[in-house]
Amino acid sequence: MADLDTFRAETAKWLDQNAPQSIRGIPATELDGNWGGKKAKYANPDLKTWLDVCAAKGFTAPTWPLEYGGGGLSKAEEKVLHQEMGKLRLPPPLVGFGLTMIGPTLLRFGTEDQKKEHLTKITRGEIRWCQGYSEPGSGSDLASLQTRAVRDGDDFVISGQKVWTSYADQADWIFALVRTDPKAKKQEGITFILIDMDQPGVAVKPILLISGKSPFCETYFDEVRVPVKNVISEINAGWTVAKALLGHERSMIAGTFGGASAPKRKKSRFVELAERYVGFDAEGRIDDAVLRDDVARSEMDTRAFGLTVQRSTDAAKAGHQPGPESSMFKVYATETNMRRHEVMVRMMGAQATGWEGAGFDEEETELTKAWLRTRGNSIEGGTSEIQLNIIAKRVLGLPD
Amino acid sequence: MALVLTEDQELIAKTARDFVDEESPVSRMRALRDSRDETGFSRPLWKQMAELGWLGIPFPEAVGGAGMGHADLALVLEALGRNLAPEPILSNVLMGGQALLLAGSEGQQEEWLVPLVNGDKLVSLAYAERASRYAPNKIEAKADKSGDGWTLSGEKVHVLDGHVADVFVVSALTPGGVSLFLVPADASGLSRERLVRMDSRGAANLTLDGVAVPADAMLGEEGQGAAVVEQVIDRATVGLCAEMLGGMTRAFELTLDYLKEREQFGVKIGSFQGLQHRAAELFMEIELARSAVMAASRAIDDDDPDLARLVSLTKARCSDAYVLAGNEGVQMFGGVGMTDEYDIGLYLKRARAAELTFGDSGWHRDRWARLSGY
Ligand SMILES: Cc1cc2nc3c(=O)[nH]c(=O)nc-3n(C[C@H](O)[C@H](O)[C@H](O)COP(=O)(O)OP(=O)(O)OC[C@H]3O[C@@H](n4cnc5c(N)ncnc54)[C@H](O)[C@@H]3O)c2cc1C
Repeated sequence: MADLDTFRAETAKWLDQNAPQSIRGIPATELDGNWGGKKAKYANPDLKTWLDVCAAKGFTAPTWPLEYGGGGLSKAEEKVLHQEMGKLRLPPPLVGFGLTMIGPTLLRFGTEDQKKEHLTKITRGEIRWCQGYSEPGSGSDLASLQTRAVRDGDDFVISGQKVWTSYADQADWIFALVRTDPKAKKQEGITFILIDMDQPGVAVKPILLISGKSPFCETYFDEVRVPVKNVISEINAGWTVAKALLGHERSMIAGTFGGASAPKRKKSRFVELAERYVGFDAEGRIDDAVLRDDVARSEMDTRAFGLTVQRSTDAAKAGHQPGPESSMFKVYATETNMRRHEVMVRMMGAQATGWEGAGFDEEETELTKAWLRTRGNSIEGGTSEIQLNIIAKRVLGLPD
Repeated sequence: MALVLTEDQELIAKTARDFVDEESPVSRMRALRDSRDETGFSRPLWKQMAELGWLGIPFPEAVGGAGMGHADLALVLEALGRNLAPEPILSNVLMGGQALLLAGSEGQQEEWLVPLVNGDKLVSLAYAERASRYAPNKIEAKADKSGDGWTLSGEKVHVLDGHVADVFVVSALTPGGVSLFLVPADASGLSRERLVRMDSRGAANLTLDGVAVPADAMLGEEGQGAAVVEQVIDRATVGLCAEMLGGMTRAFELTLDYLKEREQFGVKIGSFQGLQHRAAELFMEIELARSAVMAASRAIDDDDPDLARLVSLTKARCSDAYVLAGNEGVQMFGGVGMTDEYDIGLYLKRARAAELTFGDSGWHRDRWARLSGY
């Protein structure tokens, strides 16, 4: 514990000395977090400075090994770091699928060369990654994917289409699932491969969402040559890698909505909305019994979920295997987040009908669009139905 | 009145349905949205609706109406709701028009209601303000006596189709309480700002900065406007619910079609029991919503003393059912449900906007409790 206290003191001091003033208190939402990559643009150059100082210190990937640009910290130290960042209301220096998805997967399945090549670039925010799993005909039934990879000497030649590829238009590399053996059982002919998107044959087309934004894309491969050395794990063994990565993706999604990374607001968002739209009664209570109940329920859901996540991490720290509770993280976190947004929208009342322009401020239209975006939470990373199927079958042991 | 369509009503429903399918596919609403059309609906189509007699359904023949009822109008609104048609029946026939019907003098009706029914003039009701939330008469705008007339000042928000109205029925506080005034859109001191909403329906915020109107601009008696507004909003709420019923029914049909068509794991996704049960539950909610809409629209025509409670029952159910149909629809479509290209998301947006108009389900359950004396 004494070590942890020293670490806390040193970290607090380092953060205060190195975090530019202008970035303190900036909320790191999905859209304005720092995703890095070659196409990154910085409205505030201090965000780039913040990334660079953290990368040099190993704080973009605190628990990754030092030799790959990580911080070499323990889980407990990482928690302290996040707490101290929270105190200064600092945004994470870097976010993205490199840190949360492909990085952990490479740490487990990558060769030494692959780790050296890719992990350091991830920690420095040099390369932005996207995920090429889903296809038009293969969503929940991911293993039925059709994108073909045909061996030609030291290369694979890849053709096919991916869809719903989040931020493919901003990304530099894509980790993809491709079919390398069309004759094998569907899970057994899949290979996990890394593809540089900056080459002929790769085309990306953004898709407009109901929220009016275009975070995801169709991604096309037309005879794209990819070296065999970019295969992760073995050829035709991609399904195991894919599932492991999905595990990371689902914890990332759960973590995002568990609120681990976002700097805490000074005041509850619900209270702010109540002040602005609903009002308070003589006792200072939200002046609408139904909304008050909705808010309390939502806060309790979030809190009880947070406690469950904590129970799971505490057990892991004590050396126990993850228990069945971890299977519910993705579905519960997303459903809670979605309900929370519905409550916020109802609190706004008619002001939540705004889309743009006069009569609404940006906070209002952004909240409405954020609500629309949350409708995808129970779809992305495996739908809620698929998650519930997993709980019913694998955890509860119910028959097929 | 029996909760069954008469032969005449079957015919109205079919005509409306055929007309809307023919003239107003969802793609029309999309095109208006994407071109950022100033009007936001089609004036020629509006004129056609007048010629079909739709705008006159709930008005007496004396003002050019058909002398029919709200149960009949509900059928037209349901048809329009199915395809998200943006024509301003709710704001004009059920808000501005009903205010004129309930409180207007013969002269005022001659001047504004007759051309409304003919499709030549547009009349919006401006009652809500920022602080009103859903209480229709919680207002601060005021009208001061000046000479023979009145001077109005204040702000009105979310005036449905206020961006195109030729005249507004404006509620304002006078010494006797809430009073209503007819204020032409070009009155000096009146400015309007068009709103762009998520459901692409037209609306405007109004600023009244010392707008002078003559004494005969008052609609009804001084201080008696609150009851009129309440009655108008109740009627409009039922009309909105009829439109919502059409929307939720269509959203559900689209979803059912998709469940029968999309395959994953080598089978239609509609074969998964997890989805089947939810579809069955949604079906039940929509059936209950339909019964409520039928009962409430008949209750207006029958002058039912329990009307207010039926209105709240209907709006509470329709709000929840339409939002559920939108949410479940998007979810069951999966990734494509999140895209702008598929229509299901348009229904979700309309569901939410309609939910937040005239009170959400919580507000109406609270009102039900109040009206029930507990
Ligand atoms: C915002 C967003 C971002 C995304 N980002 C990415 C990305 O970066 N990369 C990527 O590869 N993919 C991404 N996806 C795709 C996502 O993983 C898929 O949409 C998802 O797996 C569902 O597949 P689908 O859309 O084909 O729906 P389908 O699989 O067709 O499902 C349709 C409906 O059927 C239900 N269903 C299917 N099977 C069953 C079953 N066995 N039992 C009960 N119900 C079932 C589903 O739950 C859903 O409600 C993203 C999706 C969204 C919405």
